[in-house]
Amino acid sequence: MDADAIDKAPDAAAAWPDQIYGLLKKHDIRQVALVPDAGHSRLIKRCLADNEIQVTTLTTEEEGIALLQGAWLGGQKAVLLMQSSGVGNCINMLSLSHIHRCPMPMLVTMRGDFGEFNPAQIPMGNATQAVLEAMGTLVKRADTPEDIAPTVDATIRLAFNTFRPTATLIGQRVIGAKTFGKD
Amino acid sequence: MTDTTDNLHVMNRAALTKRLVAGLKNREAVIGGIGNSNWDLWGADKTRGENFYMLGSMGLAAPIAMGVALAQPKRRVFALEGDGSLLMQLGCLSTIAAQAVKNLCVVVWDNGIYQITGGQGTPAAAARTDIVAIARASGIANAAWAADEAEFDALVAKALTTDGPHVIGVKIDQEPGRNQTDRDPIRFRESFMRAMALPV
Repeated sequence: MDADAIDKAPDAAAAWPDQIYGLLKKHDIRQVALVPDAGHSRLIKRCLADNEIQVTTLTTEEEGIALLQGAWLGGQKAVLLMQSSGVGNCINMLSLSHIHRCPMPMLVTMRGDFGEFNPAQIPMGNATQAVLEAMGTLVKRADTPEDIAPTVDATIRLAFNTFRPTATLIGQRVIGAKTFGKD
Repeated sequence: MTDTTDNLHVMNRAALTKRLVAGLKNREAVIGGIGNSNWDLWGADKTRGENFYMLGSMGLAAPIAMGVALAQPKRRVFALEGDGSLLMQLGCLSTIAAQAVKNLCVVVWDNGIYQITGGQGTPAAAARTDIVAIARASGIANAAWAADEAEFDALVAKALTTDGPHVIGVKIDQEPGRNQTDRDPIRFRESFMRAMALPV
């Protein structure tokens, strides 16, 4: 094993960002709402380059929950991409999914999770799954590259087949503890 | 179009909501924000399928309306939002401006108070914050105060016929909502989605 693996950004050859993009296409996702995160940077680029996907960069993740709701009300499927810290920002808003039974799939890249260097990321990173589940979200983790695509597929299916908030947490062990300046 | 908040006529939310909804002829969507904004929308026409009532999630009426507007570019979409609610989510004005959502109009009912919790003043009212000026500074060029009912009608007509996004600021009185929306969010979603499935 590479002794410095924990410090590395996702391998440029890693297949999973492109696999997630492929899943968005397969499930006819037409809107992608996001607060940028380095872990999703390649996926974001793919979405931005796709004229059939409307990418909305949000000012806060709360808006993203509203966009998922509005898209569904208007007849389109949407997903929310965010970092684990952003999960804390949108917890109250998840009530929308429950009271109206609207699908809300979230793809969360983890910080404060595995080998984190920034102490400020630890409390929310450690609480991400617990608070999502406390708000009735079905949460699955993916901690190996090969787990990501099937888990994201399951998360999208669960949301749109059972009309509730769902999330895949993509572990920092896959993303790398540091990703700054790297794609 | 009125540029400043001086000399604005103080209007009534229930009356203007009724006036707005009565003038919609092309299955326009209307998203009523938390509390009095959706109560008065309910009161304006509770049989209208294109109305959606947001019971919680304070501040999200405009972002929900934006999601609908992006999904249905041919349909005009209105968000009815209170000043206190919008203050919670001011960033959405930049998001709406950045997406240049042509078919979206955000109506801001500004009474300077949290009416439903006892009429406490907002910090924006204390600071004389101009919400329409914030909208313009956020990049929404078509943002204006309605000086009176006639100008409100004219601004709505403009929002219905020209590219947005639009923001219409309305100074309103402190009257509580006159109606209470039913508490069946599943039904709101179902009837709204059925209405949205019909062509514009």
